[in-house]
Order: sequence, then C-alpha cells, then structure tokens
Amino acid sequence: MKVRTQVLLWGAQRYTAMVLVFCVVVHLITIVYATRYGLTAAQILDRTQGNLGWAAFYALFVAAVAVHAAIGMRAILSELLDWRGAALDALLVCGAVGLTLWGWRAVWGVFA
Amino acid sequence: MTAPVGSTARTLEVRVWRGKEAGRYQSFEVPRQESQTILDVVTYIQRELDHTLAYRYACRVGMCGSCAMTINGKARWTCRTHVTSVGDRLEIAPLANLPVVKDLVTDMAPFFDKWARAKGHFHATQTRRDGFAAVRPDSPQRLQIDAAIECIGCGVCYSSCDVVHWLPEFLGPAALNRAWTLVNDVRDGARVERLAAVAGDAGCHACHTQMTCTERCPKRLQPTAAIAGLKRASLVVALAGAL
Repeated sequence: MKVRTQVLLWGAQRYTAMVLVFCVVVHLITIVYATRYGLTAAQILDRTQGNLGWAAFYALFVAAVAVHAAIGMRAILSELLDWRGAALDALLVCGAVGLTLWGWRAVWGVFA
Repeated sequence: MTAPVGSTARTLEVRVWRGKEAGRYQSFEVPRQESQTILDVVTYIQRELDHTLAYRYACRVGMCGSCAMTINGKARWTCRTHVTSVGDRLEIAPLANLPVVKDLVTDMAPFFDKWARAKGHFHATQTRRDGFAAVRPDSPQRLQIDAAIECIGCGVCYSSCDVVHWLPEFLGPAALNRAWTLVNDVRDGARVERLAAVAGDAGCHACHTQMTCTERCPKRLQPTAAIAGLKRASLVVALAGAL
C-alpha cells in the first residue's frame, strides 16, 4: 500500500472519529431517553418510521463506524498477529462493506 | 520500590544481566554508599567483583547518554539515577528493543539506521556565496525546533516504546523527533521527501501516543508532540497530492 494511501487512511480515521463523537453522544441520549421514559418498540418505531432525519443520522453513524472500525482493526491486527499485506487489506475492505450493508439494512428496518 | 528515608541497609542486592539475548541474571552484593548512582554500582561490580562484566559509559555527568540501561524495568541514564530513587534491590539489564552485544552493552546500529531512514539529516539549498539565512529565533517553526533539538541519541525513548517492540520496522520516537526538527527548518530542501519517509505504517502513523518516551526522556523532550506534528504535516501534503 502506498504511503499516501496510508496517510489518507489515518486522516479518515481521525475524521470519522470526530463524526463518531457526535453520533455516540446523540445515540446515548436517545437510549437514555427511551429507557427513562419506558418507550415500547411500537412507540420507537412510530418515531423512526418515515423519519428522514433519523434515517440519515443512523445511516451516517453506520458508515462512520464501518470506516473507523476497519482502519482501526488494520492497526490492531498487524500489531497483535504480525499480519500485514494485501490479504489483510482485502479482508478489512470486505468487513467494512459488510458492516455498511448490514447496518444500513437495520436502518431501513426502522425507517420503512 | 523506593528505599525508606534513612535506610540502614549497608549492602545492595544487585542482579545484573549477563550474556546476550539469551542469558541470565547474576547476583552481586555491593557496599552501599551515602551518595551513589547506579553507574557507581555497575563500575564497582566490574572493577572489584567481576572484571568480565561489559558496560558502556563516557562522561558520567549526564551529558552524553552513553550509560543508558534498564533499571528495575525502566530505561534510564545510570549516571543520573541515584540508588535512593530506586531502592535496595536493583535489577540492571541492557536497553530493551536493541540487539545485545554483551551483558549491558547493546548494538545501537539499528537505532541510528532508523535515524537515517527517517532522513534525519539536513539538505542544504544554498552555498557560502548566498549569504546567511535569516531565521527569526521567535518564529513558530524555530520554536518547534528549539523544543525538540536537544536530543543526544541516548536511546531511552526507543527502548521505552511498546510500538517499537510490537512493530520492528517502526522508526521510533528519536528518529521521528529529529525528522520533525528538520521539517520545521525553513532552510532545508527535502521537506516533502522527508515527510514521505516518516509517514505511513512504519512511520509516525504507527504511534499510539502512549507517551512513555515523553515520560522518560532525560532531556525532557516530547517525541509525542513531534510525532503529532509530523502526522498533521504529512496529512496536509498527502491531501495536496504531493506525497
């Protein structure tokens, strides 16, 4: 992998981290709110179905997680298992795509 | 483990590494003095108890960095470490993360090879006919250099770095710190090449900012700050497509 790509991956890691700080705070607030006020599944779905705002927020959250986790796991696996190279990178790209699709499927599940 | 104030122990129990990477600790009993450094202890052992012990020192006054060793698990300058700051039981080993030549002597070649790989040398762009370069001492870049320039290559930071331990190809805090001083040198002509050399998986981006290097640097330098600067600088150049 070229040095420029490695540097841009690091940049993407930093920027998705900033997005995730925002997303995690909002997500925690919604969880605490939902449990504090005893929202049922039906009541939650009532708020998310057809709501483009929530769909967009969680779609962004999923994408940021997929990018951030894949880049992070690249560093962790190379340090832990002494594993580097194209095979690791390919596996992680698959992982990121899988997380994105699986996550967006879940977002669609509460939006549609 | 710190010795209690007014310790009455008259001898020190000292375990010293003997051999190479494979070896063993050898135990010695060393008379305790009122004001004694670890270097005094090692010197006493070599002169009075076992002439075959190999170790390095030069200035013995905290200027050269030659006497760095691992004392009770921490890399330190032995001439600047008083026995009272460590305790009655000493375990002295060679610096970590470097090949062992013999006993307490390490091969510093990999350390300086990485310095060269990080392009830790100045590239001139002018000749004697061009006149003096005017660099204001209070310019932001010169202040960055001042904060990092005092490195004497003792290896304590390199020896303390977990990432060096996990990733043998990682350039390490000292090489990256020196590269940072040159990246900020407005007279230098190889800024982009140097950033390309220090960036990436084996370079500054492998640093996790664990800060052991900054904690232990005997010159109170901050390699982590230099590495953070290199990360920022290399991202700017990469985004501009110049890396």
